[in-house]
Amino acid sequence: MPTYGKGLRGLSILTFVTIAVALILVFFYVPLDATQGFIQKIFYIHVPLAIVSLCGFVFGGVLAVMHLRTGDRRYDLRSYVAIHMALIFGVAALLAGSIWAKASWGHWWVWNDPTLVSYLIVLLMFATYTPLRFSIEDPERQARYASVFAIVGGAFVPLNFIAVRAAQEYVHPRVLTLTGSNLPGPMLLTFLVSLLGITLLYITLWKYEMAAKNTRIQMRALRRRLLGDDDISPLQRSAAPSL
Amino acid sequence: MKTAFTVLRKDLLLELRTLETLPAMALFSISTFVIFHFGLNQDTIHGQLAAGVLTATLLFAGILGVNRLFVAEREQGGFDAFLLAPVDRSSLLLAKATALFLFLVALEVIAVPAFGVLLLGPPLGPRLPSLIVVLALADLGIAVIGTLVSALAVQTRARDVIGPVMGLPLLIPALIATARAIGPLLGTVGPGSLPGKWLLILALYDLVFALVAYAVFDFLLED
Amino acid sequence: MADTPAIELRGVARYFGERIALRDLSVTVPAGATLAVLGRNGAGKSTLLRVLATLLRQHAGEVVLLGEPLPKRAFAVRGRLGLLAHEPLLYRDLSGRENLRYHARLHGVDPERVEELLSAVRMERRADEPVRLLSRGMVQRVAVCRAVLHDPEILLLDEARANLDPGASELVEPLVGRPAGRTRVITSHDPQAALAEADLALGLRDGRPTFSLPASEVTPAHVRELYS
Repeated sequence: MPTYGKGLRGLSILTFVTIAVALILVFFYVPLDATQGFIQKIFYIHVPLAIVSLCGFVFGGVLAVMHLRTGDRRYDLRSYVAIHMALIFGVAALLAGSIWAKASWGHWWVWNDPTLVSYLIVLLMFATYTPLRFSIEDPERQARYASVFAIVGGAFVPLNFIAVRAAQEYVHPRVLTLTGSNLPGPMLLTFLVSLLGITLLYITLWKYEMAAKNTRIQMRALRRRLLGDDDISPLQRSAAPSL
Repeated sequence: MKTAFTVLRKDLLLELRTLETLPAMALFSISTFVIFHFGLNQDTIHGQLAAGVLTATLLFAGILGVNRLFVAEREQGGFDAFLLAPVDRSSLLLAKATALFLFLVALEVIAVPAFGVLLLGPPLGPRLPSLIVVLALADLGIAVIGTLVSALAVQTRARDVIGPVMGLPLLIPALIATARAIGPLLGTVGPGSLPGKWLLILALYDLVFALVAYAVFDFLLED
Repeated sequence: MADTPAIELRGVARYFGERIALRDLSVTVPAGATLAVLGRNGAGKSTLLRVLATLLRQHAGEVVLLGEPLPKRAFAVRGRLGLLAHEPLLYRDLSGRENLRYHARLHGVDPERVEELLSAVRMERRADEPVRLLSRGMVQRVAVCRAVLHDPEILLLDEARANLDPGASELVEPLVGRPAGRTRVITSHDPQAALAEADLALGLRDGRPTFSLPASEVTPAHVRELYS
């Protein structure tokens, strides 16, 4: 039984340090953006959050594939936590994006940013993951169906992005097209550090939640062994995997 | 393949016998057109607006069909009967998706002319061939996603609600591609040409989800 | 007469979440024999039948049917099993004949057999009415036809005689009773009746076996223990 707590302290410290460095870079190092001014700095939060959340959904989908292939329910737990976390990061990304939109263009929401729009759709979709889990009582079936959904969702993310991107008549001259990276040197550095920080944050939080859930499951198993099945109150209906 | 045909035949027979799904879908779409007329306060519409109204209406009417797809199996032991037979289980996916596709086509045979009469400004006739091509591709996508989502939803407790709730976001890329492909077709100036890029996106969408559905469907059936 | 037993279960377990549906189940049924499974409601009888029907996979232990291990080789035995449980597995809006023809096609069986069976249970005349218009006894008769349509080697019967009057019971006897010569697993709420037509008996209580004996050795005390 893997213990997710291994190395957690080291990882937490590393995360904390990286994010601190990123913040320092954002506020003290990187020059102000010529057109958008101070508010542009939200970019260093918004985009990493969006990218990490996207990867989180794909990660959850991959874990779901492993679950279906091996039948090992621990993969389902990992997948659940991954998607869960990705959803939270995604909502945060959306909120940050919204603040940025308001500050830059005066509206809380803009339709002409394909990333923002496809994000909304992806979040709408994955928001149904938890209700789906909750509405299936048999834990095994719940795990299986959730994995199927996670895989469909994982396939959906790129397709959705393509469709929404194609639907925008003009591609906003955004720094989001990072492939060639039209970011000048200092901005690129800050962005990368930020990205690293948020990625580490995701991994750390994932491990924390896995450790907590894992511990709870093992505690329950122990209590059942010691006290006998009848003395333990039955599990409430839940969306979380129970192994 | 033969099994898929057997199951499909049974489903079509059942639908003909009970007429539970098709009339509802058709009536729903016509009512929706009326609602749009009042909601938009327009006598006729054209261009992208018309494309959006048509696509959205077909999508929502299609969702009605999706909900009914597996209900008989769940309630009357159809799943067990199928699972006990020495057949390839993916044929259930093929059969149900084909059934849904046929229902959507039947729906469009009624709804599209109704749209032409009730809401569409420019005449429907010359635009029909291109429209059929786009709708065929769209129906394929809705059929695949609808079958997947219906199979997922039918075993849950909130089955009537959770199907559409899962399905609609999944169908948004198809909706985008369909509406944008139809837009130029319904312009006042005369039918424009079919925009290749949207057809490509629709085809890609259909292909990817057909493959995904084929890969995961078995897991929904086993216990 | 084959030496391979028709059914072998070794240490089989099946859970529903944390609840035990079956546990430590081991039994061997030779070909052609009848096993009676006795127990209260909720003891696990239906679960056991569903595992044997390949509709549920075991969570622990081995299940071997006709020499094929499940669930790996389930597809090899599926066509050789027949299940008759609480649900008739018939579409209510189709007629008896249409239902049976559907099943016949799924199992690759000649449609002639449908007519044979309908005559055997004396349902030929009402076979074209939708199932929802038939009485429960008639539905049960059609369900019996469905279960034996493909001439299965193993028959799984969960309360097969439910809703059947004595006359109808006699009609189905050659199809699902001992004379048919199939390996059978039967459950019944009437322990005496079940034991009377069985070679082996298995008692289940809360998913666990309480006894596994030849039917003749089962005493009233055994039966009482199940229901107390």
